[in-house]
Amino acid sequence: MLSEKTIEELRGIVGGEHVHIGPAELVAYSYDATFQQHRPDVAVSPACTEEVVEVMKLAYREVIPVVARGASTGLAGGTIPVSGGILLNLARMNKVIEIDKDNAMAVVQAGVVTAQLQKEVEKVGLFYPPDPASLNQCTIGGNVACNAGGPRCLKYGVTRHYVLGLTVVLADGRVLRCGGKLMKNSTGYQLPQLFIGSEGTLGVVTEVILRLLPLPRVRSTATAFFSKLEDASRSVAAIIASGILPATLELMDNVCINASADYLSLDLPRDAQAMLILEQDGNDEAAVRKEVERMAEVVKAQGAFLVKVAATSKERDDLWKARRGLGPALGRLSPNRFAEDITVAPGRIPEMVHRLLEIGKEFGFQILVFGHAGDGNLHPSILFDNTKPGVMEQVEKAAEAIFDAALELGGTLSGEHGIGTLKREFMEDALGPVALSVMKDIKKALDPKGILNPQKVFPQRASRKGFIMALPTLGNDLPG
Amino acid sequence: MIRKFLSVEDDNLQSCIRCGLCLSVCPTYKETLAEEESPRGRIAIAKAFLEGYLEVTPDLVKHEYSCLLCEACTAICPAGVQMERLEVALRADVNGKRPQPFGERLSRAILYDRLLMDMSLFRFASGFIRVYQRSGLRRFARATGLLRAFGLHKLEGLLPPMRGSFVVPKGQRWLPRSGSPEYRVGLFTGCVMSTVYSSTTLATARVLAANGCEVIAVSGQGCCGSLHFHAADFEGARKLARRNIDAFLEQRVDFIILNSAGCGTLLKHYGELLGDDPDYKEEAAAFARKIKDVTEFLDGLNMNKELGGMNAIVTYQEPCHLSHTQGIRQAPRNLLRSIPGLKLVEMEESDVCCGSAGVYSITNPDMSRRLAMRKIRNALATGADTIASANPGCMLQLYAAVQETGAKLQIKHVVDLLDESYRVARPKEEVDICLAKKQ
Repeated sequence: MLSEKTIEELRGIVGGEHVHIGPAELVAYSYDATFQQHRPDVAVSPACTEEVVEVMKLAYREVIPVVARGASTGLAGGTIPVSGGILLNLARMNKVIEIDKDNAMAVVQAGVVTAQLQKEVEKVGLFYPPDPASLNQCTIGGNVACNAGGPRCLKYGVTRHYVLGLTVVLADGRVLRCGGKLMKNSTGYQLPQLFIGSEGTLGVVTEVILRLLPLPRVRSTATAFFSKLEDASRSVAAIIASGILPATLELMDNVCINASADYLSLDLPRDAQAMLILEQDGNDEAAVRKEVERMAEVVKAQGAFLVKVAATSKERDDLWKARRGLGPALGRLSPNRFAEDITVAPGRIPEMVHRLLEIGKEFGFQILVFGHAGDGNLHPSILFDNTKPGVMEQVEKAAEAIFDAALELGGTLSGEHGIGTLKREFMEDALGPVALSVMKDIKKALDPKGILNPQKVFPQRASRKGFIMALPTLGNDLPG
Repeated sequence: MIRKFLSVEDDNLQSCIRCGLCLSVCPTYKETLAEEESPRGRIAIAKAFLEGYLEVTPDLVKHEYSCLLCEACTAICPAGVQMERLEVALRADVNGKRPQPFGERLSRAILYDRLLMDMSLFRFASGFIRVYQRSGLRRFARATGLLRAFGLHKLEGLLPPMRGSFVVPKGQRWLPRSGSPEYRVGLFTGCVMSTVYSSTTLATARVLAANGCEVIAVSGQGCCGSLHFHAADFEGARKLARRNIDAFLEQRVDFIILNSAGCGTLLKHYGELLGDDPDYKEEAAAFARKIKDVTEFLDGLNMNKELGGMNAIVTYQEPCHLSHTQGIRQAPRNLLRSIPGLKLVEMEESDVCCGSAGVYSITNPDMSRRLAMRKIRNALATGADTIASANPGCMLQLYAAVQETGAKLQIKHVVDLLDESYRVARPKEEVDICLAKKQ
């Protein structure tokens, strides 16, 4: 519990109406897009870096945990205030400060919604490629904190490839400005990269300088359907090997195809075991079309029984709606879903898919396979009903097996969601003791009092057992 | 049971997957950027309340009751959460356990329980306001600060001037000028649309007649009951629904047409509203199937193309209860585009609630006003001279906002513009053939 004096001080910093402390209000700041919930002691919504500085100074002095969040659309528990304390809601910091057309750069506050930025820059012919599925609601700050990706990252890279500079409020309230409006910069440590993917454990990112690209004028999208999942996963490597780098290469299995088709009333072949969405973009219409045709030939040679090229932009939009709406569409299939984010080398996708199907059989779950197959990032999803006794233990075991399989194949735990609370117990397995201890040293140097997003990213338990079941939900989140 | 109504919505609540997509469309979230003012926040709060982790606290009441019930979130929700049902159920459980603000008590006692229950009383009260507006009384009241003294000055400014006589439905008929009618349609006249906007309702009848309809203003009909329903006065809503069903039952009309999106949504759901009533269940469902918004109906016809040229730049404000709840987005736009000389320019956020939302402008004046100003800003940015809409709530709200800001914008119903266009095409002839046949 925070003292009334602390609350008053917070009111003084951000204004009374931006301090949320009612019992119902605290519930609204207790969750992300996973099943976890833990209420903060207070939520505050600052409007600018200066206000964040004052909040951090207070938190540092009083040793109060601080969890920063944007839209809290995370899938790993990264923004759940599991230690209570101050929840820093950065949604009000939603100004696009500058779109520098000449240099193709943008300066934005952390709370800018990703799609909003894309819309603004596209008005002047520029392009911000990272496109997480939640782009209509998630924020740039959150994207930086989790190093978010999306379908376009196969060709264009992830958030970290676009961050040129950051303004970060450190644990003690000092303001760190690193990087800048510079395309090249070898002056000292690459500090912006340190904060990207740090999930709010090292500082609070308040402003971001982003690199932009020229907006490609033409896009062409095709879908390929397969009667065998393996044929589709093999096609991924075959396309890359053919010398084409598609803008996106997305994989969906049979259940996903049907869920999407039902959800959006789309006309898709229901018995196809897999579907690939292939997209190419560029400025030369003929060249783009030719590459899509070439990809169509490659996937046909790998066994695709049907390849369709979207004829209109409406058809293409429908396809992307199907892909973006997939998470929610799957949510309708079963009461609960455990969605993963493993990544392997693109060439090992067929093996990984095979292992996933085996794991499903072994533990008696339906495991759905979809994801950004082109870049090796898959979102295998375990469907289950948590009201069945003993089911959570089995889900844990299956999830563990998925993590282990990815690591065995030289892959890693998360491609774009981050670690949060959900995968932290596997960090030593994923990184090894040396890397983890270096990370701990960095954390200690930047956050000596341990107030920044406590209990995240780093392992908290002696064993993996109970790594899901020990996570907080409403009712077991507050002492007493 | 303490959470009697909300517990019925348990599955509905549980289907939220917290993806947060609703944040991108929620008007109150857009304004506040506070999670408790978002659909996802309200659902989480309702769930915690249902599960016993929250009691009725002032902050719970504040954030749940600031929901406009605009259904923008429901329309976009990938997981299928039905926000209006959820919110109305929550309010049904909470209503008795919280202090009711004055504005709400007033609207309940006067509007819901009296005026809307009896259209002759409603007309009487509206007539009083009309006299007040036309006589020097208004100027007197404003000048002396009398309204301010009673705290009514804001309320009074919301009302547009009432022109022309009220439409009292008593079986009047409108017929096509030539040929036999293709459809026999009942005109649902409603409350505000038959008084404040009676000219629009007459225009609706004329436009329908010009498009091959025999139009009947069926007697015995009254308020649709949606204000009651949204205030969780389910019995009030059912009572009004039965009366409307009775009124139209004998008329054997092909369709029941209305020009009020808000009413239309509830009328289309009478089947569910009276689903537990063995005497009315089937009639209610049959009644609901006949309901068509006038824009939806006209857009589905091979329309009379004798439209005269106009000179107007129009932007379209989407009523939530047309776009989000009835899924009618293109029909009004198609109608507007069909008018020669009318230039339709799209505003940003055309489907973000204007803040009218039933009695929301009375119960939540601050948020209501913020949303109205947002709408006016977006409309002005298009360079339009007219905002067209299709719902009395939106029109009242936008009128008040225009009065307040002095913005040079006319507020019209889509059908008003169509009617004007037909009149331009046939300036000398009498389009309005009212046979006023009493039944």
